[in-house]
Amino acid sequence: MSSVAQKRGFGATLWDWLTTVDHKKIGILYLLGGGIFFVIGGIEALIIRIQLLKPNNDFVSAGLFNEIITMHGTTMIFLAAMPILIGFMNVVMPLQIGARDVAFPFLNSLGFWMFFFGGLFLNVSWLFGQVPDAGWTSYASLSIASEGHGIDFYAIGLQIAGGGTLIGGINFLVTIITMRAPGMTYMRMPLFSWTTLVASAMILFAFPPLTVGLFFLTFDRMFGGNFFDHTMGGNTIIWEHIFWIFGHPEVYILILPAFGIFSEIIPMFSRKRLFGYAAMVFATVLIGFLGFMVWAHHMFTVGLGPTANAIFSVSTMAIAIPTGVKIFNWLLTMWGGSIKMTTPMLYAISFIPSFVMGGVTGVMLGSAPLDYQLHDTYFVIAHFHYVIVGGVVLGILAGTHYWWPKMFGTMLNEPLGKITFALFLIGFHMTFLIQHWLGFWGMPRRVFTFMDGQGWNLANVISSVGALLMGLGILVLIINIIITSVKNVRVGNDPWGDGRTLEWAIESPPKFYNFAQTPLVRGLDTVWIEKMEGNKSGFTAAEPVQDIHMPNGSIIPMIMSFGLFIGGFGAMFHAEEAWGLPLLIFGLFVTFASMATRSLKDDLGYYVKKADIERDLKQKGGRN
Amino acid sequence: MMMKGLKKWRLFSLLAAVTVFLAGCGQEQLSILLPAGQVGKDQFNLLILSSVIMLIVIIVVVIIYVIALIRFRRSKLGEDHIPKQTEGSHILELVWTVVPILLILVLAVPTVYYTYKLGNVTAMDAVDEEGNTENLVVDVTAKLFWWEFEYPELGIVTAQELVVPMDEKVYFNLIAADVKHSFWIPAVGGKLDTNVENVNKFYLSFEKDSKDLKDGVFYGKCAELCGPSHALMDFKVKTMPRAEFDTWVTAMQATGEETTDVAAVGQGEELFQQSCIACHATSAVGETGAIGPNLATFGDRNRIAGFMDHDKESLKEWIKDPQKYKPGNKMQSFGDMSDEDLDAIAEYLMGLSVEK
Repeated sequence: MSSVAQKRGFGATLWDWLTTVDHKKIGILYLLGGGIFFVIGGIEALIIRIQLLKPNNDFVSAGLFNEIITMHGTTMIFLAAMPILIGFMNVVMPLQIGARDVAFPFLNSLGFWMFFFGGLFLNVSWLFGQVPDAGWTSYASLSIASEGHGIDFYAIGLQIAGGGTLIGGINFLVTIITMRAPGMTYMRMPLFSWTTLVASAMILFAFPPLTVGLFFLTFDRMFGGNFFDHTMGGNTIIWEHIFWIFGHPEVYILILPAFGIFSEIIPMFSRKRLFGYAAMVFATVLIGFLGFMVWAHHMFTVGLGPTANAIFSVSTMAIAIPTGVKIFNWLLTMWGGSIKMTTPMLYAISFIPSFVMGGVTGVMLGSAPLDYQLHDTYFVIAHFHYVIVGGVVLGILAGTHYWWPKMFGTMLNEPLGKITFALFLIGFHMTFLIQHWLGFWGMPRRVFTFMDGQGWNLANVISSVGALLMGLGILVLIINIIITSVKNVRVGNDPWGDGRTLEWAIESPPKFYNFAQTPLVRGLDTVWIEKMEGNKSGFTAAEPVQDIHMPNGSIIPMIMSFGLFIGGFGAMFHAEEAWGLPLLIFGLFVTFASMATRSLKDDLGYYVKKADIERDLKQKGGRN
Repeated sequence: MMMKGLKKWRLFSLLAAVTVFLAGCGQEQLSILLPAGQVGKDQFNLLILSSVIMLIVIIVVVIIYVIALIRFRRSKLGEDHIPKQTEGSHILELVWTVVPILLILVLAVPTVYYTYKLGNVTAMDAVDEEGNTENLVVDVTAKLFWWEFEYPELGIVTAQELVVPMDEKVYFNLIAADVKHSFWIPAVGGKLDTNVENVNKFYLSFEKDSKDLKDGVFYGKCAELCGPSHALMDFKVKTMPRAEFDTWVTAMQATGEETTDVAAVGQGEELFQQSCIACHATSAVGETGAIGPNLATFGDRNRIAGFMDHDKESLKEWIKDPQKYKPGNKMQSFGDMSDEDLDAIAEYLMGLSVEK
């Protein structure tokens, strides 16, 4: 926030955040929204582990337990992990490629508000006491049979949030393709920007199937469609295919940006160029491609027949190869480097073995006959938490510590960061390692309780204690954030001291126009190259100081998303309440009227004057 | 003396190691690590093979990782050390692409082999010269939250407790009557979903007598979220030699021939005829499609409702308020039934047996 903003009143500041189209501010909004949902999903996880602490426990009822596991999964995937990663992409990617904003700032804002209102819609279900309860996968026979409006909240909430994600993905694609600074060729792009590109392309192809599936579900439940009603000629297996054609790429949409974060952190704190950069890029693209070829491995027990199962087994195992390439390249990046154990680096080095363990159990599950045994057991729970927590969440925590100074201009406390790390990592392995054996011992997943005498008691206690440690770790992180914000010790351009990519050559936090002059990029790790050649600023400009064109803020994206939010309630209640249909029409009217306003009213943005930029430069006493 | 003591100690430590190992294998009646049939054994072999391959990968990664972390710390190299900015190595990239491909192939070949082997149900329709099916076929129907087992060729039906002969392939037709479930007997072999719209077919073979197990039964589970009481949708499996199974079948078929002597009917049976018969049959002769579980073998069973202790007290509690114990199930409550009547019904049900 600039010093000008700080002098403004609360109302003006709030208005500024509601209307912002600045990619850095939208990124911070994503992190804030995703962070709140992450805490909610975490509390749900703790309730699950309390319920499973001992056999025949009655901490929560059977029905409530199903609601909690459904909301835990849905919240963590759609409302926590994705938005937080999109937040990092928003803040960092334009800085890394030397752009002043994303290609469509207005759409960027729209994407955020759709995510926010979609997530809110989903969670409002708690207030209605009618919560989604068919699992985050919402398999059709159960989701059609589910009573109340729970599944309706799921279908409409995810539809709105998913639309936001799709918009975000397209925006990032266009930004990376068209807005790279002079000299920033594709093969000089930092790995995080590469993974953003591939993840965005995957969003483009993976989310439309989800949209279609959710529309089918919505129409089945609210408007008498029969897509999934087999007694009317529908088919429930279609939902499983549609869901996983989206759902499998989705996990790569999550993990690739996390790979990207680690591919930034490991070189920086090894003080060494990423080993095998070209192979890393190729592996990223290959994983993105293969990610669409393996969805049926979630359905080996559905009865697709041996041929389909065999094909999907082999394609699944093939993904291990590019993933292995990545692991070894990270190891060889550290090899011969100069490793400094900062908090982000601790997360990065603990990620490698944690993720390898999740990866190898993935290959085991990819063997169809073995999956007949392991499918839908606690082994699967252990596997995907090893990749999602051991990969994505460690990536998110690493990225939080790593880019915090760039986003807020002050560094998170390192000792507290290391305490969070230790608590979280120990808790994580304690919770999930033992669950592999619970699966071997015959414990199915998604059970609200278990009988005594099956040999599962001790393992479940260990697992629950581990979950508590993870919770404590996150608590320390929140305390750390508060302390850091209060102290607010300002830092310079490159607080870690070994910056390699463009974001470390500009102020922390950057000016709203990012770069006073568009940078010239002379190679991979351009800032490092400049510094090694004696240019201490790490920056060479590609243009003289001149007027910069910037977009105006707008409240329209928020109103547009809000229209969908209230329209959703109309759709849900249209059959039982008189006000349902009018509300649906009103909501859609608000949305379309906002769109019309945006289309019909020219908004050409404004120019930051050359004189103002020169004054900013002088204030700092130097260039960029 | 000392040698002897040492030997003893060795034996003891070996015993301790075996105990720990066995504890890690879980319980015999429901652990996939102690397979009691060929299907489970095939899958267990794949588990061992894949675990070994994956352990090799983990060990290689961990060795490189540990050495790198020890040797290349900045605290050792000094703050000013600038490492050489290596671009990469084509040879290394080739090595860690080709070696994993080979490892994957070692796993992929048996995977494909077993996928076809376990998916082969052609023998299901095989008939002998007289037109009788050569193999035992069981039709399984999964319902909220119980299991119905019909033996179509034998004309009998039972519920909650599957009874099968040992040492032969038993073929299954699986379907769900309401929402999707999944049929799984962990110790015997992997699961297959019971879909709502199509029949799934597979086979299992049972190679251990369930008599020798802790409760005298293998545990079966529902492995697909199906509603509030998904966790309680257990069933049990009794295995026995073929001859014993044939005796059981004959006894089951005989339950349909019993002529009720009106005068001799006990109070429990009379009450049952009034209150329960609309949903629950007590004759095992018939087909699938009942509203509630068939109770012809109730007295032989191991659990009430699939998971509760098999005694009169639990049975009475269950009849009074089934929703309390298995939320979302379709049985109505009999909360206003007198204790005497409940006693009589429980007495009657516990007496329903074909094995005693």
